[in-house]
Amino acid sequence: MSPGETGVIAGFTDELISIKLLEMGFLPGTAVRYNFKAPLGDPICVSVSGYDVSLRLEEASTISIVN
Amino acid sequence: MAADSKMKIALVGKPNSGKSSLFNRLTGLNQKIGNFPGVTVDKRTGYCQLEGGISSEIIDLPGTYSLYPRTLDEKVVAEVFADDRGSFYPEKVVLVADATNLKNCFLLLTQLIDLGLPTILALNMVDLAAKSGQSINIKNLEKELDLPVVMINARNGMGIDQLRLLLSRPLKPSRKLIYQPELEIKPLVDQIKKKFNLQADYRAYQFLQQAENLVFLPEQERHYIRTLAKENNFFSHKYQGAETVKRYGFIQDLLNKVVIRSSNEGWKKVSYGIDKVLTHKVWGYVIFFVALFLIFQSIFAWAQIPMDFIDRTFARLSSQLDDFFPEGPFFELLSHGIIPGIGGIVIFIPQIAILFAFISVFEETGYMSRVVFLMDKIMRKFGLNGKSVVPLMSGWACAIPAIMATRTIENWKDRLITIFVTPFMSCSARLPVFTILVALIIPDTKIFGFFNYQGLVLMGLYLLGFLAAILSAFAMKLIIKARERSYLIMEMPTYKMPKWSNVGFQIIEKTKAFVFEAGKIILAISIILYVLSSYGPADVMNAAKETVRKEVAAQHLSEEQIQNRIASYKLENSYAGRLGKTLEPLIKPLGYDWKIGIALVTSFAAREVFVGTIATIYSIGSTDDQATIKERLKSEVDPDTGKPRYTLAVGLSLLVFYTFAMQCMSTLAVVKRETKSWRWPLLQLAYMSTLAYFSALVVYQVLK
Repeated sequence: MSPGETGVIAGFTDELISIKLLEMGFLPGTAVRYNFKAPLGDPICVSVSGYDVSLRLEEASTISIVN
Repeated sequence: MAADSKMKIALVGKPNSGKSSLFNRLTGLNQKIGNFPGVTVDKRTGYCQLEGGISSEIIDLPGTYSLYPRTLDEKVVAEVFADDRGSFYPEKVVLVADATNLKNCFLLLTQLIDLGLPTILALNMVDLAAKSGQSINIKNLEKELDLPVVMINARNGMGIDQLRLLLSRPLKPSRKLIYQPELEIKPLVDQIKKKFNLQADYRAYQFLQQAENLVFLPEQERHYIRTLAKENNFFSHKYQGAETVKRYGFIQDLLNKVVIRSSNEGWKKVSYGIDKVLTHKVWGYVIFFVALFLIFQSIFAWAQIPMDFIDRTFARLSSQLDDFFPEGPFFELLSHGIIPGIGGIVIFIPQIAILFAFISVFEETGYMSRVVFLMDKIMRKFGLNGKSVVPLMSGWACAIPAIMATRTIENWKDRLITIFVTPFMSCSARLPVFTILVALIIPDTKIFGFFNYQGLVLMGLYLLGFLAAILSAFAMKLIIKARERSYLIMEMPTYKMPKWSNVGFQIIEKTKAFVFEAGKIILAISIILYVLSSYGPADVMNAAKETVRKEVAAQHLSEEQIQNRIASYKLENSYAGRLGKTLEPLIKPLGYDWKIGIALVTSFAAREVFVGTIATIYSIGSTDDQATIKERLKSEVDPDTGKPRYTLAVGLSLLVFYTFAMQCMSTLAVVKRETKSWRWPLLQLAYMSTLAYFSALVVYQVLK
């Protein structure tokens, strides 16, 4: 995904991280919007479940997205 | 029993939900900060008078998204709620929810309901929600959740009276059951429920999930739960994930029923606009460095005024007591040991207060999470974390609150490295030492008529400390093995104006932490040092007056000068003085003599003592006048060479030594408490002292 794009969460590839992500409102079927990235490209800021979250690319890459 | 009859009310909610504002609203100044037993997390409690003369004790629990803890702070929440017979277990709970973002506030709410806790839902920031085009059907929400809901505005106090009224009335737990443990683990849950005589299924399920956090149970019972879980193949992660998904399913259905939404998200756009600037590739960093510069400026320039005042006041108090009391060991201890000891603590308050005012404003406005966002990638390269920025910055004022601020870092390794390197950040106690030495060896001239040499050297020392911190962090990153994976999943709150009373409360809280945590130790050490440097072998000390008077008889000195000479002679022959002399062979390669040795000994526990010791050794009498100390140090001659003692090489070697050395007993004590072992503070002491010694050695040998 690139900044400004929106996608829908399909699932997760990492169980441990997925628990944290679920708690923060990253639920399968929810829309996420990639807002912008930090100046050095990592971490990134996304909108999910009505608010903004920052996460590292490493964590973001464990989220499977359907566009 | 009178104190225990107070009704216990806990405030919970996610971070940034306005929980602290509500706490301050309810309790006013009637609050205290303590510790939860066994852990180092601040326990904020306060008292509140409710309708009908009921008095209540309010506990402000750390912000959390769910009962499953990620940080030390959050662990406390899980522990408090797990132990339904514990002394902190609340009779009522107020869940503070951010109305602009109900979804992830409700996760914890549904868990509390399942635990069977009588809960009131306080909806905060309803005005902001309304602006974003969201309205909430309160009546429906109350019905769906089977608990009372109250709309509040913690910032202006709206709805607080209604909340007080609700709290004074009897409150039943909600009859809703939102999450039932999966069928296949039902027998397991029942077994635990029976064994521990628990009411709710979900509580038994939490025992299974978090056996390691049930500190109130004896180890054998925790072991029992762990074995039971293992034997029955209870995979906690799998169930946790499933639980969260089910809860959010319920929450989504609920929100569909009670929230009326229009698509207007106008107020959010303002936040994005600000973010475009504050997290811009260039401007983001420029603004951050300007902010840092402002903090520096205020710590050095503005804090100087109250600090000078405190310094003068305590010096005057000391000398007045001297005149007032008769001579005697006790009164001398009071006026030369205890009073200056307390003064030595109070003097740091202005800098600490100013620094935390800035940090608190950054946090209140939401800027701090942008700083974490900006710095995370850079910090990660050095084994740190974006969240390490706050502790490192706080380190410029004082390492003690800085190390306590590392509790928000989830990852153990990141947190440990941050704790380990924070004392390298030049704290305010180093400043008096730096100031006097820089003034002594660096000419007060300007380059290009603009930059002051002395200022540049001072800045260089701060930079040196910072470099030592991040390079050491980098080395530790390679050495220490990670226990768990590092991650950064953090909410980016929308920008808000800071609420000034919250800023004020935070300043008071941090200053208190410093005064009581560090204060005790600094005071104790200064008394010990006083004793060590005023007492020595009895025969020499008793004869001190005669010996000195004999020596100076021919010199026609004034009475004051003679007194100063006596003080100096006494220090030289005291236990501390003897230790300094014994050290001489060890510190000679660094360019120091035994006099500096004594100062090193006395500043071992608290580095700022250096200036006072130097003043006594050189018989200056008082430390009030920096110019006198400077003049005296300048005229000090090295008896071996006949040249001035404080050459550029010696001065720089001392400066480097003080930049790196771990000369702060209070910091070591706090590190021990935070890491729960002596291993880390001792390693820190050994590492920093070695680094200080060898760097000073190299500096002196190269420059001499």
